[in-house]
Amino acid sequence: MARQALVKINPKEYKKGDLIRIDSVIMHPMDTGLVKDKESGKYIAAHYITSVEVYYGDEKITWMEVSASVSANPFISFYVKATKSAPLKIVWKDNKGEVTEKVIDIKVD
Amino acid sequence: MNRREFLKTTSLAAVSTALLGSGVFTDVKAAELVDNPPPKKPFDEALKEITGGKAVSDSDKVKLVAPEIAENGAVVPVTVEVELPIEQVKAIHILADKNHNARTMSVYFTPANGKAYISTRIRLAETMNVVAVAQLADGSFIKTQKPVKVTIGGCG
Repeated sequence: MARQALVKINPKEYKKGDLIRIDSVIMHPMDTGLVKDKESGKYIAAHYITSVEVYYGDEKITWMEVSASVSANPFISFYVKATKSAPLKIVWKDNKGEVTEKVIDIKVD
Repeated sequence: MNRREFLKTTSLAAVSTALLGSGVFTDVKAAELVDNPPPKKPFDEALKEITGGKAVSDSDKVKLVAPEIAENGAVVPVTVEVELPIEQVKAIHILADKNHNARTMSVYFTPANGKAYISTRIRLAETMNVVAVAQLADGSFIKTQKPVKVTIGGCG
């Protein structure tokens, strides 16, 4: 794992059909490419997350296009409907080709 | 992962974001340097890219929660929720109309989400409108917008 990422689900206990909020954070500088380096006067190259994909089991349920206008260490929160016991995988990709994955288990009785 | 660990890291994230300007968190020396900044994408162009030139009507079905006054433009919490069944909502787009790249984030939903909701934190370069555009399954677009006053430095 290239970067530290965290995923939390809320509420902790849920039943089939309940909506679960997924809170996620990834440590990433999100350089916009608009900041100049003080010594050389050149721009610091843009380095930011470009896409976030969410898989629930084998199904891709949500995907996001992200730009450098999102804050550093992006926090993203969304909902998932608990329908089956399956891993929930979040994949972050950035413009330099770094890929970070985080998997949590969703258990439904 | 437990709750405490999560809170610890998220608060660390907030602190490091606050310190970002002084280069504590990012290793500026190690960063690659280039001659030109990325191309600009103004609001009109970004909106056209999303809608393909279609009209966008204002609607109270799109709920946008953002602070009226943001002391730090680098971290502005934004929450968008569309009060329609998830089957009718295809995507939510968040735009910031005076940013270098106005198109901030696009989120595409499927019925497995259960609810058209997104919460994140965005950057605002100056005082501007935050615009939330919802793309509906029937091909139409609805939006709502909110002005956010940015007082960098915190003494405004």
